[in-house]
Amino acid sequence: MTAPQVELRNMTKRFGANLALNNVSLLIRSGTVHALLGENGAGKSTLVKCLVGFYHPDEGHIQVDAREHRLNSPKDADALGIGMVYQHFTLVPSMTVAQNLVVSGARLPAYINWQSELRRLAEVTKKLPFHVPLDVRVSQLSAGEKQKAEIVKQLYLGRKLLILDEPTSVLTPAEADEVLGHVRSLTRTGVLSAILISHKFHEVRRFADDVTVLRRGASVRTGAVADLTDDALAEAMIGEPVSKIVQHAPKSPPRSDIILSISDLRVNGDNGLPAVKDLSLEVRAGEIVGIAGVSGNGQLELVEALMGQRDRSGTMTVSGSPFNGTRREIARLGVYGLPQEPLKNACIDRMSLAENLALRNFDRVPLCRGIAMNYGALAQQAERLVAQFRVKAPSLTASMSTLSGGNVQRAVLARELTQDVRLLVASNPTFGLDFVACEETYRRILEARNRGTAVLLISEDLDELLGLVDRVLVMSAGRIVHEVSAEGADKRVIGKYMAGMKAA
Amino acid sequence: MDGTSIGWLALPLAILGGAIRVSTPFIFVSIGELITEKSGRINLGLEGTLMLGAMAGYAISYLSGSPWLGVLSAGLAGMAFGLLHGLLCSVKRVNDTAIGISLIVLGTGLAFFLGKPLIEPKAPPLPSIGLGFWSTVPQVRAALDVNALFFVGIALAFAVYLFLNRTGWGLMLRTVGDSEDAARALGFPVLRVRIIATMAGGFLAGIGGSFLSLSYPGSWSEGLSSGQGIMAVALVIFARWRSVNALSASLLFGGAGALGPALQGIGVTGYYYLFNAAPYILTLAIMVASTSRAAPFADAPGELKLHR
Repeated sequence: MTAPQVELRNMTKRFGANLALNNVSLLIRSGTVHALLGENGAGKSTLVKCLVGFYHPDEGHIQVDAREHRLNSPKDADALGIGMVYQHFTLVPSMTVAQNLVVSGARLPAYINWQSELRRLAEVTKKLPFHVPLDVRVSQLSAGEKQKAEIVKQLYLGRKLLILDEPTSVLTPAEADEVLGHVRSLTRTGVLSAILISHKFHEVRRFADDVTVLRRGASVRTGAVADLTDDALAEAMIGEPVSKIVQHAPKSPPRSDIILSISDLRVNGDNGLPAVKDLSLEVRAGEIVGIAGVSGNGQLELVEALMGQRDRSGTMTVSGSPFNGTRREIARLGVYGLPQEPLKNACIDRMSLAENLALRNFDRVPLCRGIAMNYGALAQQAERLVAQFRVKAPSLTASMSTLSGGNVQRAVLARELTQDVRLLVASNPTFGLDFVACEETYRRILEARNRGTAVLLISEDLDELLGLVDRVLVMSAGRIVHEVSAEGADKRVIGKYMAGMKAA
Repeated sequence: MDGTSIGWLALPLAILGGAIRVSTPFIFVSIGELITEKSGRINLGLEGTLMLGAMAGYAISYLSGSPWLGVLSAGLAGMAFGLLHGLLCSVKRVNDTAIGISLIVLGTGLAFFLGKPLIEPKAPPLPSIGLGFWSTVPQVRAALDVNALFFVGIALAFAVYLFLNRTGWGLMLRTVGDSEDAARALGFPVLRVRIIATMAGGFLAGIGGSFLSLSYPGSWSEGLSSGQGIMAVALVIFARWRSVNALSASLLFGGAGALGPALQGIGVTGYYYLFNAAPYILTLAIMVASTSRAAPFADAPGELKLHR
């Protein structure tokens, strides 16, 4: 039961003209956690998919315990004991954990006697350091338990090299600590070696032994975590000296006039059940109020109700006037938003960049007079915004779907923040964006705040939230369960409320 | 009608007999659709498969003299139609609903066209087992005169239960239907499993259709089906995708379908059309009741996307 040492040498992979992996080499020492850091598109998942047999590298060698291997398919990776825990769970929701373990076994049995099977599974899983209930349906497990069940599945299948792809993105801080702590102890006792893909420095620092930073397909830094500072890691990730990028403009104190007032909001989800229950909150001008919470607790429905995309009951007023999401109210009251997945929720992907940039004001002068559109003015506005916000696109008439995630977000920022914004509703605005685009988004949100805009920021990333907001609310199961100012915020307490601890 | 010796008991007896008789095609079609839906695909074309099966069964029974050979070929015809549905829906961006409905039209049309010469001739019908031999009352005997296929249907329900819950292939089918991500991660051939499941569904629907034309007194005509193929989709939802539930649900639908004729049998001739509408009203009522529950589609295979 020894943990393997895995070495990747000169891994290169091309997709057409795109060089996804450029001569990457790294060494995972036996019984260690090796972190893989990098922005989106840096090549982390490509590298890992080569290791699990999904992709064939154009060049390169894979050595496990000093023996060379060719991985032609996931089955070869299985045989070597390499397994991956995906970001989106690959458990079957309607089946129990036990049934999931059986169905993922190497050979599917013809006839299953569940009594003896359950006994056998219980025996095997008893030896593992953490436990998941075997006969509970996966759909009824929490995200943390699902993650643990995924890891149990890999251990049950006898994996020796475990690859974890952003495993904590859907977990509360406490669950994240627990899961990664277990993985760490398993490597320490020599049961397995692990690769941890993450973008969170504190996770890397606490749970990884070695780290490799990828940028644009190349390995730019590799070494022991203890030898590299956070700044060094950040600099390696983005390619330029960090120089306190996180230094934001000084915060002016919030004003006293209430811009957004919600009381007794009730919103139903897609399945007809209430997703938001009796929610009330207020946001003042020049203040950022953050809503923290694990995804799936009603945040999506709340934002959709605020933006008028979903029916709701309860009252919602902006600057004292009732707000229902009509176009006239939006223009008059200055309510704008930065939704998550901007390409889907804030843009029309088949229309051009210039048209998307005009979505808020195409029916107003100077872009429109009566029923006649002034396309010249539309193009001029697009040019101006693209220059001001540095949106990179093939051309102004390029379809929105051809832009990268970061540039779609820049375009949305350009469109929303250049209006007369009095209330900004931002929902996971930096999800999936690279480091630089993230920082830009934060900067612009803070600028808007300092100009007097009221900002409601809903985010599943607690660190991002605490760095930006003045006040934190925690949302769990459709209600606000905790409220605290940003200075007095204790991550652990917030984490407990996120996990479902009832309001005091 | 000699009903004097049992009086009002004639009505429940008639409903019982009718329930058993009318439920038989429901059992086969609903269990077939259940298997298809468990793999993550909805086959709305079973009505066409049913008619094609009825015609094919009748034709082969007439030509070969053996009703069981007719049943088998009805199943094979249904299987071929299921293969067609499966293949067409495997093409990207093809809408399952549209294909299903087109296949209803195709199947029914083919059945009517090819079945034209079969309207007059008489084919040997399926045997029935007289469970009412112990009684001297003709109504009891008639009610308990059960067609052989009914027993096959009962066995089928339990066999499918065992298949889905106790075999490796059943687990694989459920995985494919519940989470395509998980199925792909486990290396299961998603398309192949779905096509085979659709073929199995078509096979059973074909057999269900053969019952319509081959059960006593057996004949082929263009008004044979009363929408069983379409109602089966509602039935599967009502049965919560469980085959033994589908058995009882079929009996319930069968009883509803037998209500009209049974009432006529004891002399209630008013509101004829209203009573004949009973199974369809039942379908609607069940759909409404099922969708207003707290967690309406908790048991639905995840890939069916019924609650979008």
